[in-house]
Amino acid sequence: MAAVKFEQAMARLEAIVGELEKSDLTLDESLKIFEEGIRLSKNCLKILEEAEHKVEVLVQDKNGKKRIHAYSPDDATDESSS
Amino acid sequence: MEGELSNLRAPGSGHIYCTLKDKTSQIRAVLFRSSAVRLRFAIQEGMQVIVRGRLTVYEPRGEYQIVLDTVEPKGIGALQIAFEQLKGRLTAEGLFDQDRKKSIPAFPRTVGVVTSLTGAAIRDILAVLRRRWPTIQILIAPVQVQGESAGRQIAQALADLNGWGSVDVIIVGRGGGSLEDLWSFNEEIVVRAIAASHVPVVSAVGHEIDVTLADFVADLRAPTPSAAAEAVVPVLADIVERLRELTVRTGQVMLRHCAFERRRLDAGIRGVTDVRFRLQKAAQRTDDMVDRLREMVQQLLTSGREQVHEAQRDLSGLNPLLTITQGLATVPQFSKRLEGQMGVVLAQHHHLIHAMLRQLNTLSPLGILGRGYSILQTIPARQILHRANDAEVGQELEAQLASGRLSCTVTRVCDDATV
Repeated sequence: MAAVKFEQAMARLEAIVGELEKSDLTLDESLKIFEEGIRLSKNCLKILEEAEHKVEVLVQDKNGKKRIHAYSPDDATDESSS
Repeated sequence: MEGELSNLRAPGSGHIYCTLKDKTSQIRAVLFRSSAVRLRFAIQEGMQVIVRGRLTVYEPRGEYQIVLDTVEPKGIGALQIAFEQLKGRLTAEGLFDQDRKKSIPAFPRTVGVVTSLTGAAIRDILAVLRRRWPTIQILIAPVQVQGESAGRQIAQALADLNGWGSVDVIIVGRGGGSLEDLWSFNEEIVVRAIAASHVPVVSAVGHEIDVTLADFVADLRAPTPSAAAEAVVPVLADIVERLRELTVRTGQVMLRHCAFERRRLDAGIRGVTDVRFRLQKAAQRTDDMVDRLREMVQQLLTSGREQVHEAQRDLSGLNPLLTITQGLATVPQFSKRLEGQMGVVLAQHHHLIHAMLRQLNTLSPLGILGRGYSILQTIPARQILHRANDAEVGQELEAQLASGRLSCTVTRVCDDATV
């Protein structure tokens, strides 16, 4: 799930910055996780940018099947009886 | 009517029989099954209640009794009692245990919402989610949040969202209302549906002061629907800012690290140069010292050589050959002189010896014998006789003459001193 991936990526990124700032790594090690960190931050930004805002409503049709349709504020007035 | 419930009996028929009494009087009462199932709490022995019903006569015994329509606990409402009873039961079951709680994901992609489409709650939730995380996906499972079927709908919606698969967190709730309005969220079916949800559930029922069993069982209790929305998504701008900050910090740290390594490298190079410089200096000093040593050795050699020459000169002055040569020249002179001298001395001694021999001869007894004297000696003692008395008559004597000897026998001893 993307949410999990993003959460893990953020956590790893934080860990990388922490590790780099502790500065007990060799330059080689630093460079390695630095590259990983940059890759992660780019990926995180990409995930954030790619996500699109959607509001949907889960309903049951006449046959009892679940389906979703886009939410519009009209939905509220439709079911104002409830 | 008001009184205390006693002699409570609930046989298999589902009807409930009891006695209603106060300090002064009592009356039998019956709660038929149709009314009993509508009770929201379990009636208990000794409970103070307010009841409404019809007064009838139980013919077999000819007793008055009350057929109860409603039973309300006295003081606190029936709902409150029911709430406490269900809470106690579910608590005992462990449904509200802290270790059952799932953690809310930090970055949900899809938020499920179980609430009414018409209430203020959905508007608040949508507004807050949209504001904080503009790209959030929301899946609403619309339900009635009050009324007879609300509890069942809510439970079903929770199951549906779990079944949908891509929902990361669910908000279940509604806006504020009376205890009656919020009652669905105290229903056992709802509490159990929340407990059964694999997706973490955030409850948001009513206002902050309203507490429902849904709140107890949910993984997180938000005081209001808006607060629930705030609890499930972070502010995207903050996260982007955090990402940016992390990226910047990563770069800065890396730059610092590189600069640090660069300084170390420079220091290393300086160190090497320094060592080379020191080596050169040392080499120069060594050369210098070798030169000085060489000079000193040279000087020592020179002065030594001079000393040797001097000693040679001194020695050659003392050469014994020279002395010997010189000595050899003087030897013949000396020997000549010696020889001359020796002749004189020898001649002198020759004379001297002759004279002495002559002298000696005159003194020698042999010399005296030569002049006619003889020497008498005893035989065999060979004692020279000086006086006649020394001999006896008849004694054998020997006379030594200048030439030859005479054996003699003493015939007479004349002791005449005058001779």
